[in-house]
Amino acid sequence: MRDIIIIGSGPAGFTAAIYAARAELKPLLIASSVEIGGELMNTTEVENFPGFPEGIMGPDLMGKLQAQAERFGTEVVYDDVVSLDIDGPVKRVTLGNGETHEASALIYATGSAYRKLGLPEEELLSGHGLSWCATCDGFFFRQKTIAVVGGGDSAMEEATFLTRFADKVYVIHRRDSLKASKIMQQRAIDNEKIEFVWNSEVAAIVGETAVTGVTLRDTVTGEERLLELDGLFVAIGNDPRTHLVHGKLELTAEGTIAVDGRTSKTSLPGVFAAGDVIDPHYRQAITAAGSGTVAALDAEHYLAALGNENAAEALLENEFVAVD
Amino acid sequence: MTARAVTEATFEQEVLNNDKAVLVDFWAEWCGPCRAVSPILDQIASEHADKLDIVKLNVDENPQLAMKYQITAIPAFKVFEKGEVVKTVIGAKPKPALEADLADYIA
Repeated sequence: MRDIIIIGSGPAGFTAAIYAARAELKPLLIASSVEIGGELMNTTEVENFPGFPEGIMGPDLMGKLQAQAERFGTEVVYDDVVSLDIDGPVKRVTLGNGETHEASALIYATGSAYRKLGLPEEELLSGHGLSWCATCDGFFFRQKTIAVVGGGDSAMEEATFLTRFADKVYVIHRRDSLKASKIMQQRAIDNEKIEFVWNSEVAAIVGETAVTGVTLRDTVTGEERLLELDGLFVAIGNDPRTHLVHGKLELTAEGTIAVDGRTSKTSLPGVFAAGDVIDPHYRQAITAAGSGTVAALDAEHYLAALGNENAAEALLENEFVAVD
Repeated sequence: MTARAVTEATFEQEVLNNDKAVLVDFWAEWCGPCRAVSPILDQIASEHADKLDIVKLNVDENPQLAMKYQITAIPAFKVFEKGEVVKTVIGAKPKPALEADLADYIA
């Protein structure tokens, strides 16, 4: 049996792994099979991660975090968790390949998944002009007219990025002001190819075999109109990925995993959670990384109490003061 | 085993005139999910080499074919039989999900 298993390979998972590995706990990190590195893998330039004054590409940052975790002995497995048995003192994690791994402590850092519009035609048109990944699919919309749905930073980033390819990018937002940070807003507003469509929501996506437009509903008057498009990119937020722990861990009203105060302690002893899966508010790479640190230290504290000497030593080195 | 690359020059011979079913992986260097799913395709390719040929087509270098097959999202996988597209799967998926999608051609 291992000391610790970490589920998730975003900034939270890999940072927890760096700490746990430096504490000589030889963590096993389950990275997923096709989403290794998490959300930052689909971004371009990251300008707000401290320590990179020139900015760094999202995938490069994740590559560095992984290399740092592996340098100290983290074992990375590229598979998906299919089930969890975490009630007792031995935490069991079963993977898609059928293997079950056991550990005394578990850090759950599965992040969040793109939110869908919730329209019936979404499934059919997905990949046929409807996309959640501007960096993957923007290339195919050269000289086209497209739209981004959303009003946050990721919507602004996508819209700005997509102007490299498209002739025209509408930003469809249900309110008359944006949630995005000032710098991201300004960049989009200054871009001549971007036009904002305020107070509007997507009532339907139009198209038989590929997207040809959207039906917009005015959120004030309720009026509907057609906007012709070649493509639609959705950036309306994320939902925490908690399906594996439903009925096992307590959740908050916002759907994130409930943790005790500023700690990473979930409703089950020995199970810690970190990153976007516990955070409905901040959701930044750096806050997720900080949260991963908290989880690793909490897990070390838990393991030390069970008599794990490596964990106890690491806590001393990190000058950790227990919260409880 | 790494899936071999096809290009606009070799597509007809390697894909359209292939006796076996061929899966074409439309991908690009800058597409994270494409890179993530690539080793899974390699595994499927080596486990089912007798039934299904798997090849990669770089959409950056072969834009004409990407346009011809109306690719607007990658990774996109198209299975060809006797020169015709018989199945399309879009997006990076875990191995069991891809195997289920491709069951008709690998089972």
